[in-house]
Amino acid sequence: MTAESVVPGRPLSASKTPEIDPLQERDFGFWLYLMSDAIIFALLFATYVVMTRGTDGGPTGQDVYDLTRASAETALLLTSTLTFGMASVAVASGNRNGVIVWLLVTAVLGLGFLSLEISEFVGMISEGAGPDRSGFLSAFFALVGTHGLHVTGGIVWIAVMIVQLLVKDLTPSVRSRLFRLGLFWHFLDIVWIGIFSVVYLPGIL
Amino acid sequence: MLGKLTFDALPFYSAIAFGGAMAEVLAGVAVIGFVLWLGKVRYLWTEWLTSVDHKRIGIMYVVLALVMLMRGFADAIMMRAQQAMAANNEGYLPPEHFDQVFSSHGTIMIFFMAMPFLSGLMNFVVPQQVGARDVAFPFMNSVSLWLTAAGAGLVLVSLVIGKFSTAGWTGYPPYSGIEYNPGVGVDYWLWAVILSGIGTTMTGINFVVTILKRRAPGMTLMRMPLFTWTALVTSVLIVFAFPAITVVGGQLVLDRYLGFHFFTNDGGGNMMNYINLIWIWGHPEVYILILPAFGIFSEVVATFSRKRLFGYDSLVYATAVIGLLSFSVWLHHFFTMGSSADVNAFFGITTMIIAVPTGVKVYDWLLTMYAGRIELRVPMLWTVGFLVTFVIGGMTGVALALPPVDYLMHNTTFLIAHFHNMLIPGALFGYFAGYTYWFPKAFGFRLDETWGVRAFWFWIVGFYLAFMPLYVLGFMGMPRRMEHYDVGAWQPWLIVAAIGACSILVGIGCLITQLYVSIRDREVLADRTGDPWGGRTLEWMTASPPAPYNFARIPQVHDRDELIWRKEHPAEADKDDVASEIELPENTAAGVVIGVIAGVFGFAMVWHIWWLAILSLLIALATVVARSFGDDEELELSSDEVAALEARGSGPLLGY
Repeated sequence: MTAESVVPGRPLSASKTPEIDPLQERDFGFWLYLMSDAIIFALLFATYVVMTRGTDGGPTGQDVYDLTRASAETALLLTSTLTFGMASVAVASGNRNGVIVWLLVTAVLGLGFLSLEISEFVGMISEGAGPDRSGFLSAFFALVGTHGLHVTGGIVWIAVMIVQLLVKDLTPSVRSRLFRLGLFWHFLDIVWIGIFSVVYLPGIL
Repeated sequence: MLGKLTFDALPFYSAIAFGGAMAEVLAGVAVIGFVLWLGKVRYLWTEWLTSVDHKRIGIMYVVLALVMLMRGFADAIMMRAQQAMAANNEGYLPPEHFDQVFSSHGTIMIFFMAMPFLSGLMNFVVPQQVGARDVAFPFMNSVSLWLTAAGAGLVLVSLVIGKFSTAGWTGYPPYSGIEYNPGVGVDYWLWAVILSGIGTTMTGINFVVTILKRRAPGMTLMRMPLFTWTALVTSVLIVFAFPAITVVGGQLVLDRYLGFHFFTNDGGGNMMNYINLIWIWGHPEVYILILPAFGIFSEVVATFSRKRLFGYDSLVYATAVIGLLSFSVWLHHFFTMGSSADVNAFFGITTMIIAVPTGVKVYDWLLTMYAGRIELRVPMLWTVGFLVTFVIGGMTGVALALPPVDYLMHNTTFLIAHFHNMLIPGALFGYFAGYTYWFPKAFGFRLDETWGVRAFWFWIVGFYLAFMPLYVLGFMGMPRRMEHYDVGAWQPWLIVAAIGACSILVGIGCLITQLYVSIRDREVLADRTGDPWGGRTLEWMTASPPAPYNFARIPQVHDRDELIWRKEHPAEADKDDVASEIELPENTAAGVVIGVIAGVFGFAMVWHIWWLAILSLLIALATVVARSFGDDEELELSSDEVAALEARGSGPLLGY
């Protein structure tokens, strides 16, 4: 590149077309957003790891985590990634109703995940293991809760996309939004695997 | 109904605070009255506030920055006056008020002066420099602007309704926690910072995509102008660093609102996490502020030395290396935390290493000037002033990078002198150079030279008078943020510093006068060529002010200094340029609506008006969703319209 750049006056034939693909730009921008969001989670993970010993004499991970529930949550979320994959397949084959059905299944699985998470939070708070009990629990609720908020946002987004599918059909921009929604949903899955491995497993083992 | 908000929130606690609040309200009323008197409300709304044109957004950012510069400077001169008189007495500011003043000074100068200034210059210049018609996401760009404005608005409102934070611009806990700071001040600070931080993150994403995806054909990475390079690295830093302040701000919010124990003394909290996290954002932030200014200096020094930039490759690599290293030095802000000697040594060494690429840049600029035909126009004056002054700050920085020295200097005025010595010449002088340099591109007339020279001299003399004494005071052991003191030997130096602040005040007056004189004499100062300085890069190919689409034909780039290449090869200059359909995004009120709603949300959170907070969140969400239903609203320009705009040419305020 450097050698090329010192020879003025030689145009690059490969990059000659000034065509811009706005949808591709949005995908790239969304990847950047995901990177930035990944850092948010990385810092919440780091905070959690640093604060695991800040229990202030209160409950530790072993006292409050329930591996069965966490496994069920994992199963729901991983399955929802599969069903979102099915929705993407339906997008690729132009099957609008298929997309809607698979998105609905994904949303239901996501809601199932959320209801388990909310019942876990409510149970912990009622046992006196709420986020105001100790630094450790603050970090736990912030990390897992932020993930839960993302899932909530993802479900709202799925709902919006179902309406757009009904109103607009599979237009290029709807397809492109579905692609980014897919990135987002799978990203949340990856974060959850991190939560399961860093929060729940070591907390119990 | 109104949460914690009562009539007690009005600033009757201190005559000075009340006066400041009145001045701010009157200034706001005066601006609104002026717009009404001109009968320009509709014009302002349709042409500016709802605009998604990167140039207008850029100009609005710079206006915001200049307004906030006044406010931040008012804080600065109040502090200088207080410290100049408060030897063995209380001075004129009560401690509670003084603490608000230094907190809002830092917050405003970093978040609401420097950040909008550089965002504005990036917005205005980068798309033109890469030969694009707009940024990648024009609507998101408008949202970024208005979120930043919402944050600035919260800081301004805090002067009138309630109080601002007293916890400094970094808001260290546990002091900023609810136990020691139950009022609304820290909340104002938090929401202002979080809202504008979200806007900034979106700006970062926008510019990475714009620069990587929208360059004109032939513009390889190593043909990008240096300002574009620094904008790219700054944008990458924004994307990676701003999440840290979002996280740490969110955690402090949870501590303060919901009784979490992230940073409390008790309950297993650990306040050092806060200090780590905020500086994981904070140190890259310093480079976010300063790298675009380095880019501006690079453009200015080449243009006014009439030479190709010396060591382009080394400047690019130095920029990238600074960007990388900026994530590895954060701990030097708190060597005194008590980490082991090894940890401190590591961060001390990385800090010294980061001075190396910066030094490379200084040599590159000097060697660009060497044997050049230097024209000391105003942008060049700022550049030379920067070079001389910045090197001093760099050396004190390397001194502070030594942990043992830092132990002696930590939180003394030596530190204050050091970072002002980096950020005023390094960032602000650069922005002023860019403001003067690109002003004719924005409005079609140059800024008055005489008043520019006067502003420069008052600023730089004022800078030396204001901050060199602080180095001395640091050696004498004066801590930062002293409201009053009983060491008589400090006072003479503080009086000198106050005189320096007065000189800067005159400098600001010169800048205001310059603007007035330039608008008055705009026909004399007119730039009808689009290229008033003999520029080297693509932005000087457009009209001044540029047409909404910048380039009717997308330029084919042949050289790093493309415009110079075209001047030297007139026969083949534009034969490869490509005409393509011009589509412009339509203006939308959604950006400004989201900004206002975000401001209302912040205000509601500060005062615990929960229903309003929820309502405003829902409205913001609904706005975004509704917008997503209107697909790609674009305005296609017909060839007649383009021809009319192209025939318009350059000149004062054309198109406004």
